[in-house]
Amino acid sequence: MQVTSAVRDPLVTGGKTVKDVSHDISRQVEGSPTKLWWMAMAVSIAVMAYGFYCLCFLLWNGVGVWGLNKTVGWAWDITNFVWWVGIGHAGTLISAILLLFRQKWRMSINRAAEAMTIFAVICAATFPFAHMGRLWLGFYWVFPLPNTWGSLWANFNSPLLWDVFAISTYFTVSLVFWYLGLIPDFAVIRDRAVVQGNKIRASVYNALSFGWQGGAKTWSRYESVALILAGLSTPLVLSVHTIVSMDFATSIVPGWHTTIFPPYFVAGAIFSGFAMVLTLLLVTRVVFKLEDYITIYHIELMNIIIIVTGSIVGIAYITELFISWYSGVEYEGYAFYNRVQGPYAWAYWSMMTCNVISPQLFWIKKIRTSIAATFVLSIIVNIGMWFERFVIIVTSIHRDYVPSSWTMFHPTMYDVGEYLFTFGFFFTAFLLFAKFFPVINMAEVKSIIKGGGEKTENKEHH
Amino acid sequence: MDADKNFLVGIFDDEDAVLSGIKDVRDSGIKIHEVYSPFPVHGIDDALGIKKSRLPIAAFLFGLTGTTCALTMQIWMLGYDWPMIIGGKNNASLPPFIPVTFEMTVLFAALGMVGTFMIVSGLKPYAWPRQFDLRSTEDKHVMAVDLAINHGKSKEEISRILKSAGASEVNEKSFE
Repeated sequence: MQVTSAVRDPLVTGGKTVKDVSHDISRQVEGSPTKLWWMAMAVSIAVMAYGFYCLCFLLWNGVGVWGLNKTVGWAWDITNFVWWVGIGHAGTLISAILLLFRQKWRMSINRAAEAMTIFAVICAATFPFAHMGRLWLGFYWVFPLPNTWGSLWANFNSPLLWDVFAISTYFTVSLVFWYLGLIPDFAVIRDRAVVQGNKIRASVYNALSFGWQGGAKTWSRYESVALILAGLSTPLVLSVHTIVSMDFATSIVPGWHTTIFPPYFVAGAIFSGFAMVLTLLLVTRVVFKLEDYITIYHIELMNIIIIVTGSIVGIAYITELFISWYSGVEYEGYAFYNRVQGPYAWAYWSMMTCNVISPQLFWIKKIRTSIAATFVLSIIVNIGMWFERFVIIVTSIHRDYVPSSWTMFHPTMYDVGEYLFTFGFFFTAFLLFAKFFPVINMAEVKSIIKGGGEKTENKEHH
Repeated sequence: MDADKNFLVGIFDDEDAVLSGIKDVRDSGIKIHEVYSPFPVHGIDDALGIKKSRLPIAAFLFGLTGTTCALTMQIWMLGYDWPMIIGGKNNASLPPFIPVTFEMTVLFAALGMVGTFMIVSGLKPYAWPRQFDLRSTEDKHVMAVDLAINHGKSKEEISRILKSAGASEVNEKSFE
């Protein structure tokens, strides 16, 4: 039984009942993995293993095995770091900001998007740690721990240190938010396992659910906790990429030293995050037969967010170009002339095509409601966003102040290898999540199945 | 008869039934032990007379603790314990300390609030909950009435009231 609104399309199609939701989502967890899942897992683990070899080689031999040189001291590592952190922005944005705006369509997608966020942030964190070389000492360099050099404390004036606090807080709070949402759903799987007589699964999922029962008092507290967490996470999401952008913006390198960076990076992060959510969910909904829960309507709304954030990013690129000319600063002007015309122009124009032109195709309704087109464009957007970070980082520093220091950056197999490692890890983790955890927030979806709040609200008003 | 042992359990099929049911049951003078739902039902806290949670206050206090810790730590470390001249700035200048202060405020508030929620709600990974009906996480709303504290009424009478309040079935449940 589903209450239908005269003005809005239903968020869940197929005439699902509350019982169907439990069944459709829990089924993935209860059944044995499919052949396709094993194949995907094998590929992901193989890629991760190769990447792990490259990572160990780097830790054994030092950062010199990367293609860095005296002029370009930051390249793929920081590019990949910013790229992954950016991808990690969609999950908490969907669950926190869209919760505050009462956007109920978030309910079918927030679980998977938050999982993606957590894995992406882990991927991002591997790069700065690898770049430290001696990562066993890294904790002393980035956290204010008492040490035998004084104690010589970490420098709180440095944006790199702000980054450590921002990313670790973001990771912890996102993890807590995600897990809190999982608790009632683990209890559903536990109770189904009791009915099915599967004792092992029942006790594992009982432990995971913290013995959840779903009493009215607990739900009431749970809802106020979720609301406050959303309120805390909203400025947190915006702060993370703001602080990442300050790694660059507080320096004096031409091309980095701009006040536009914080909003420009945040918009770019949401843009790439939604693209990655789409890439993953378009596959997940087909493999797990969730077409009734993640509908074309959801895909269309996400594509609209991509148009908005993609256009903000486009305006930011053009503003940067304009200001570099209008400011009259020679160094700034050259940095941008070099981006557009220099040896890395191919990267600049790839970025422009993928990020500025391609999302504009979503203005056409046929394209933004087409699954194939969305899938292709979502990948193109993330290629573009990788080039954006590469362009900002490498083209700004490869032409140093002294022309004798001018160089190019050439990645080695270890640069590629570590990037592959994070891909392998990301997909392995996502596949494990999709198999063992409920991929859709059952409790929230159940509350909209029957019109949930709307119907009871009406009752109160009359 | 001991309290908290013998219950009558009313099963309601949907949230509207349970909401109007709660009102009817309470109007006839029966104390409800608890109502278990598969998802949060809006208006159920008012119907049951549950007070608003004070967890937001806890969150604020934890956040304040985070702010204080972060500022104290940074000012003490860079201002007093090992002053360093960085770019000719003051040893303990406030603006660069704001990002870390903000992050620690959020971290303390979030972890503290969720931890408090877990403790006050008795959520722990090593204990099985007392389950009145396994369907309460799936699709049914389950109302538990403690027989011991409603000793003014007979079992049959409570059962009849639950049925007329909209329960699709009424079962007995005892715990050791």
